[in-house]
Amino acid sequence: MGPVISLRDAVSLAGRFPLLAGVTLDVAEGEVVHLRGPNGAGKSSLLRLCAGLVPIASGTAFVLGHDLRADRQSVRREVGLLGHASFLYDDLSVERNVRFAVRAARADLRGVDEALDRLGLGGRLRSTLVGSLSAGQRRRAALAVVVARRARRWLLDEPHAGLDAMGRTAVDELVRAASASGTTVVLASHELDRAGRLADRVVAVAGGRVVAAAEPSAPGVTAGPATPGAEGDDARQIAPSGEAEEDGRDVA
Amino acid sequence: MSLTTTPTGPGRPGSEVPPAQLTALDAARGSGVGSVPGREGARRRRSGHDVAITATGALALAGVVATVWLGLWVTPPDRFMGNLVRLLYIHPSIAWVMYICYGVAFLASLLYLWPRTRSLRFDKLAGASSEVGVVFTGLTLVTGSIWGRPTWGVWWTWDPLLTTTALLFVLYLGYLAVRRIPGEPEVCARRSAIAALVAFVDVPICYFSVLWWRSLHQAPTVADPITGKTYIHGSMAWTLLLSFVTFTLVYAWLVARRYRLFVLAEREGDEGLVLAIEERRAESLQGRS
Amino acid sequence: MWRDALLVAGKDLRIEARSKVGLGQVVPFALVVVLLFGLALGPAAGRGSVLSLAAPGLYWVAVLLATVLAVQRSFAIEALDGASDGLKLSGLDPAGIFVGKAAAVCGQLLALEVVLAGAVALLYDRHLAGGLLLVASCLAATVGLVSVGTIYGVVSSGSRQRETLLPLLFFPMVAPILLAATKAWDAALAGTPGRGTGWLDVLAVFAVAYLAMGTVAFGPLLEDA
Repeated sequence: MGPVISLRDAVSLAGRFPLLAGVTLDVAEGEVVHLRGPNGAGKSSLLRLCAGLVPIASGTAFVLGHDLRADRQSVRREVGLLGHASFLYDDLSVERNVRFAVRAARADLRGVDEALDRLGLGGRLRSTLVGSLSAGQRRRAALAVVVARRARRWLLDEPHAGLDAMGRTAVDELVRAASASGTTVVLASHELDRAGRLADRVVAVAGGRVVAAAEPSAPGVTAGPATPGAEGDDARQIAPSGEAEEDGRDVA
Repeated sequence: MSLTTTPTGPGRPGSEVPPAQLTALDAARGSGVGSVPGREGARRRRSGHDVAITATGALALAGVVATVWLGLWVTPPDRFMGNLVRLLYIHPSIAWVMYICYGVAFLASLLYLWPRTRSLRFDKLAGASSEVGVVFTGLTLVTGSIWGRPTWGVWWTWDPLLTTTALLFVLYLGYLAVRRIPGEPEVCARRSAIAALVAFVDVPICYFSVLWWRSLHQAPTVADPITGKTYIHGSMAWTLLLSFVTFTLVYAWLVARRYRLFVLAEREGDEGLVLAIEERRAESLQGRS
Repeated sequence: MWRDALLVAGKDLRIEARSKVGLGQVVPFALVVVLLFGLALGPAAGRGSVLSLAAPGLYWVAVLLATVLAVQRSFAIEALDGASDGLKLSGLDPAGIFVGKAAAVCGQLLALEVVLAGAVALLYDRHLAGGLLLVASCLAATVGLVSVGTIYGVVSSGSRQRETLLPLLFFPMVAPILLAATKAWDAALAGTPGRGTGWLDVLAVFAVAYLAMGTVAFGPLLEDA
């Protein structure tokens, strides 16, 4: 089987603003890739492109063999995207949210309990409305959806953001376990050390393109062009304004 | 956004322009110019279009002058309607153009949605035509009202034709609002084309339900202004015919000009895009300097 | 598609049951409208008064206004916290999403119509006669209204001016429904249901046309939202 993700000079636009200005990237089956780069570099857009949410304006993009120029729908069922927004309904309980997502994706409902337990959402939190969760708990609920849908390819946008130490460790364990069972993971993160330890490969993104790629063992080299983003070692809260900027919506 | 205003350093690797990509973009937009190989050919073709548009405009202007002259001075007043008959030289032809406008917009939207003929040209045509259509619908309502006041004694009556025209006016105002929702050109085009179809399907349903609504009331039916006239002088017939031709030419000219404006706006946007992509790429060099 | 529709409708109704926006805000709003009409056209009540004669039309105008709110709410659920991206990512059949969302709004509106009919009968002093025609025209009209509403709901949910755009698109579009439903109710309440069956057909044609249209068009429109 060919690469899971194969992008060539991919350009994506939001109105007149180029989110991606010609990205070339290959991700092989079973690989764990860490995307790094400053805010607004295009990491989120890159993940959203791979999830079939952002249209491609020029270049080519294949994900799991689907040509994203022709068909952005089929790929969505096969990947699990953890985005900035949680894609959850405030007025449903955590369990209901996960069950809805799982049934929508025609996955097995038996995965729900396991996913909730692994993310520490068993017990009382299970039946709590998502609207009354804290930011970190929301993030975990969103992750639970990805896990419970049993997608074999994960696209995680800042999975550590807003989580406490225990949560971040739980995320690391999840990614390791998934990777061990052959899941392909692409994660964007400002937690360079943490994500770097997880990844097989680090890809630096800036200005809407991939600027460098290397093994994670030599972070000093690859971090070169992307150092403006390296200050974010602490867990970041999800900043809505920063998110809008990254999407380029205020420019569009 | 501060990042996009970063100046582009010449000779930097980030500032390379991807010519293949952008011509591909241009062609995908179907602006008509990008698909012609070579700048020269494009320019020649464009000037040919300009001549045709200008000629249409000149003919339309001459037609308007001739219609005004014939309508106001040459033709005699009607035996029953007196000078009011002069409104007849413009009202039916304006309404006729209105139908052309929406017909063309509908066909263009259909052609856009049909995968084999999908091209943004049709989207622009639908936009131009329906914009002109809304203006002419407004004119139809105004001239009809002016005609109705002395003839029927009221500015407005709930006649099926009038009611449907009024609904048409608001329906297509809504359509134009949909066209203004920002987004990708292809996305906007598809959304607008669907909205045009949805609106167009509503028109006959509106007409027949209003027709029925009226007839059940046994209200005095108002005859169509065209069929209602009883006597036509020779010069009157010619004036009427000329007015139809003239307003059709006016329509063609307006749509061509509006279409041109769309193309220019788009080209400006595409040129901006080259710059935007360059600037976006230059962002990656910030950290190096 | 039907499975997805059921799933979406169940989800929307569950959210409604929890948040009670329909019950707590849309129904009271419709009642306020009915009261306002009374103030504007009253105070004379009883047989032959303006209010009593205009009751069917006023009733349907109130329903139309409430429909816009219900549809807006239905899409507000999805727009919250990027859930409309979630809807795209969910892998649900777009036709199923359309039918499901429309069915959920339909259910809420039908409940609202029952309450509103009671209010109109009481406040405008109009005896609710011709039950079958009343119910049938309510069903057909509601399906038509909600179909158009859901189509335009997703169109305007992509826009930042969605609150103002939806009514502009929706009201001219459903003018035939207002007309036909009013006439059908007129006939039913006057005790001459024979005159109303033709209008029922108009409502049915409209409902079928726009239901079919929405099923086809919702996919591309959701993609663009």
